[in-house]
Amino acid sequence: MSQTVDVGTPPAPARDERVAQRSTLGRLLARPEIGALAGAIVIFLIFFIVAPPFREPSSLATVLYVSSTYGIPAVAVALLMIGGEFDLSAGVAVTASALVASMISYQFSANMFVGVLVALVVALAVGFINGYLVVKTGIPSFLVTLGTFFMLRGLNLAVTKIVTGNVGTNDVSDIAGFGMAKNIFASSFTVGGVSIRITLLWWILFVLIATWVLLRTHVGNWIFAVGGSAPSSRAVGVPVNKVKIGLFMTVGFLAWFTGMHILFAFNTVQSGIGIGNEFIYIVAAVVGGTLLTGGYGSVIGAAIGAFIFGMTNQGIVYAGWNPDWFYFFLGALLLGAILFNNFIRQRAEASR
Amino acid sequence: MTATADTRTAAPLVRLTDAGKNYGNIIALQGVTLEVGGSEVTCVLGDNGAGKSTLIKIIAGLHQHTHGTYEVEGEDVRFDSPREALDRGIATVYQDLAVVPLMPVWRNFFLGNEVRKGPAMDIAGMRQTAKQELLDMGIDLRDVDQPIGTLSGGERQCVAIARAVHFGAKVLILDEPTAALGVKQSGVVLRYIIQAKERGLGVIFITHNPHHAYPVGDRFLILKRGRSLGYWKKSEISMGELTGLMAGGSELEELTHELEQAGGEGSGLREVAHVFGQEVAELHVAELSAQRTPPSDNTGARQEPPQP
Repeated sequence: MSQTVDVGTPPAPARDERVAQRSTLGRLLARPEIGALAGAIVIFLIFFIVAPPFREPSSLATVLYVSSTYGIPAVAVALLMIGGEFDLSAGVAVTASALVASMISYQFSANMFVGVLVALVVALAVGFINGYLVVKTGIPSFLVTLGTFFMLRGLNLAVTKIVTGNVGTNDVSDIAGFGMAKNIFASSFTVGGVSIRITLLWWILFVLIATWVLLRTHVGNWIFAVGGSAPSSRAVGVPVNKVKIGLFMTVGFLAWFTGMHILFAFNTVQSGIGIGNEFIYIVAAVVGGTLLTGGYGSVIGAAIGAFIFGMTNQGIVYAGWNPDWFYFFLGALLLGAILFNNFIRQRAEASR
Repeated sequence: MTATADTRTAAPLVRLTDAGKNYGNIIALQGVTLEVGGSEVTCVLGDNGAGKSTLIKIIAGLHQHTHGTYEVEGEDVRFDSPREALDRGIATVYQDLAVVPLMPVWRNFFLGNEVRKGPAMDIAGMRQTAKQELLDMGIDLRDVDQPIGTLSGGERQCVAIARAVHFGAKVLILDEPTAALGVKQSGVVLRYIIQAKERGLGVIFITHNPHHAYPVGDRFLILKRGRSLGYWKKSEISMGELTGLMAGGSELEELTHELEQAGGEGSGLREVAHVFGQEVAELHVAELSAQRTPPSDNTGARQEPPQP
């Protein structure tokens, strides 16, 4: 617009006086992860009080390790849910990646990294197929990925039995390249006498990258948009299908990463593990303030959600409670966190 | 300003001449002549099924005309996609507005056209631009970070208009922007139509409400059953005439009789019928005077198109 008509508008004030009325607290409460943060603090304090072993730094390191193994795939699951889709196959995709890497390298006597790369291709392909089916057919991702979940679950068991004659894979620790792969995916280091697993660093890195992408880049803008309203996004030129397929493939990528950690931490993989973990990833995202319907949420929130899961998982053991009650506590915590989130969000919306 | 004046005298931004559209053997639209130049508002009026949507779709590039000509700045065009129309500066604001309710205003404003600074977005710049553009349109938002879903319907409409203006629209097609709004909100939107016009844009304003069209319009096209009932400049038609033509006086008269018969002695319905009858009588006068300016050729076989 070269032609500017002066319609008598005053120059933009640097700060609108009506904005100042909104307090810093109100701004903070409007963030999606705030409910999860409050919940995490409460749960931390409870276990800190009732379970003396929980106070040890090494216990915190263990809690953070457990949290990271769920938190890494939860990063991608949270992004996917903000983009308006679900992935129920993420839990078994982790196992599938580990099985593929293990069996390829062992059966072909290949370098460990051959198996690792083939597993990456497989995991990305699973993500692509999930995404492609969802965007091309318009069938809800809940159903599409429920299908792939069962298929992968069956494949994990059947193929492993055909190849190894057993329900688990052979030990891969003698294969060339194992040491280096272990250093990348499953090593640990000591800080102040406390052993810390490397997955914690990877988790933090993935959370930071994902948060930056989500909040600071145009791709992040598109993720929020396709989750909030896919038809509107399409109308303004957002490549909706590419964004969604990309998100499913991101889940594939982080499922692969977690699978590699499991393989190199334990040297063998049981084909039946991972079932049910997809719900824990989703729970972490939802507790972290991500809307089930898409278009709203936070990766940092999902990280806090995974931390809550890790604390509860380990805290019950440290407190000496009967671990049979774990899932009851987990469910109660989940419900509590969601109700709290809801309450906070409504207050935040009302204060606008 | 001189540049705009030149193009206006040379060729209007958009001109349809005797344009029509057939879907197979169904005539959805025929004999439509319309033009809009810079700083002009052309109103398209018509009841449901009159062919307004078909007309918008032709101008916006979703459909192609099968008869007549469509010129943009004097050049004969035939758009294959809305993108091509957009590239020529013809932007359409549809009723659903294409906004994402949960996202902040500034993110919606730039959605699909994000300003990048290296790998990231220029967030500070985009916020500032969104705020300034809205202010230029006379929309003073408290906070461009609030979700667009928290704005009123009229404000949302205005953000969609401001967005189209910012991204280089020369001609705005507004599809029933006031249809879902209350009286006050409609007034707000009408004011932004005037703002857009004052900024040198051509506006094609589609509506079925003559009370909204008359105050802002420079030219009026009335569609009925896929045909043009006529095309007037503001100086050639009065508000009453416009309303009369839109409503179709004889149909209203029938309705008055029905109401009268339905209403028993002393019932409220009777009074309604009475008031209604008076209005119809006024409209009759209007319609008669309107017929002095004859609607463009109304001869020829008439085939009634079904509603698209």
